[in-house]
Amino acid sequence: MKAGLALLRRAGRSQLAVVAVVVLTVVAFAVGGEIKESKYAVLAEAPEKTREKKNPFAGDTQAVAAGGKLFEQHCAECHGAKAGGTRKGPSLLREEVQQATPGTLFWVMTNGVVRRGMPVWSKLPELERWQVVTFLQSLKLQAKNGQP
Amino acid sequence: MLAYAIHRSIRKFSGLFVAGLIAVLLLSRPSLVLAQESPYIVTYNHYLEEPGSLEVEYFSTFGTQRGGNDFDAFWAEFEYGATAWWTTEFYVDGQTTFNDSTIFTGFRWENRFRLLQREHLVNPVLYIEYENTSGADKILKEVEGHDVESAYSASNAVLRKDHDHELEMKLLLSSTFKGWNVAANPIVTKNLLPSEPWEFGYAVGASRPLALKASPNRCNFCRENFIAGVEIYGGLGDTQSGGLHDTSHYLAPVVAWNLPSDWTLRVSSGFGLNDNSHRLLLRWGLSREFSGFGEILGRFFGGRP
Repeated sequence: MKAGLALLRRAGRSQLAVVAVVVLTVVAFAVGGEIKESKYAVLAEAPEKTREKKNPFAGDTQAVAAGGKLFEQHCAECHGAKAGGTRKGPSLLREEVQQATPGTLFWVMTNGVVRRGMPVWSKLPELERWQVVTFLQSLKLQAKNGQP
Repeated sequence: MLAYAIHRSIRKFSGLFVAGLIAVLLLSRPSLVLAQESPYIVTYNHYLEEPGSLEVEYFSTFGTQRGGNDFDAFWAEFEYGATAWWTTEFYVDGQTTFNDSTIFTGFRWENRFRLLQREHLVNPVLYIEYENTSGADKILKEVEGHDVESAYSASNAVLRKDHDHELEMKLLLSSTFKGWNVAANPIVTKNLLPSEPWEFGYAVGASRPLALKASPNRCNFCRENFIAGVEIYGGLGDTQSGGLHDTSHYLAPVVAWNLPSDWTLRVSSGFGLNDNSHRLLLRWGLSREFSGFGEILGRFFGGRP
């Protein structure tokens, strides 16, 4: 303990700063371990009031196209180009997601799932988030109709 | 002594480092990620870099200088999303003072930590930065304490004799509502010399995309790709001499253009609000986001494919 304190005293501020840089960088790559819960558990956390929110673009084909563009730009990196999931993010074609209400999907996008690595997406304006929700819900219909 | 050695090493190897980084970035696969960056240059909102993404940025500040030569200060930023709640960033600074010289002025290492998991009315993020810069550093990335225009009027040879080792902390408070983002950053800075006082400053910004709804087609000039706003920043004195006397303050309209090709261009024209401020700080920045950079690093260090 004493030796450690003496070392700290001898070390200059710059040395300490360099050590701090190294330690924090190592920690940065070490964090983010596996979390033992369902990838879809967050859907159940949406507050009742939010779940019941209506999608202002429901059935709007323009919104599906715009949402598809936004999905490609912001979501496909983790959830896959066809929303089928990747190592970084879960599939959005699964029943849990496709049966979720529009309000639930909107709430998850807005708040992210920070503990699992999904950032908050409130930086997208509200209407753009609803466009993405419209696109996601159109995937269910496409699957039913046998479209790719 | 070690600080001097680090300075020398960075200067010696910065060219090699930048060349290596460019090679890695060019080898990384292209993506369709749209950065959706805020237009602020001084103020921070609560949005962090996406996990695993690296944003490489170049910024320039042209400043007018009464009683001395105008200058162009520039810096490169490497911003990495370590996790969804932690972004770490490394800066390298330099400046050209006209009719004088071009010099390297130091480096900074910044960390931002999201404090709450979910979105709230006001979202706090903790900002901690270590700065190792010379007195000739003119990037004015933040204004604090009694930073005034006259402090920058001496020649580079004189200014660079001072070395600052500073710890800077900010509480980034930010709120987004109906497309508007409003952010406020109280700033506290401590030079690591015990005799130096704690300095205070602020930055406040508001911004909004020009359109709140996306168009169905991919486009460069759609209104949704532009975010405009304004920021105000300045010093608030220090623990030895509080108050607004001998402080400088700026008002800066800002605009960001987020291109679908991952590039973001920011432009800001800052106007000094009192006699202690530079009359004009004209800033611009160009940045590109590389998603999946963390995976490339992981593979490089033997992680699973």
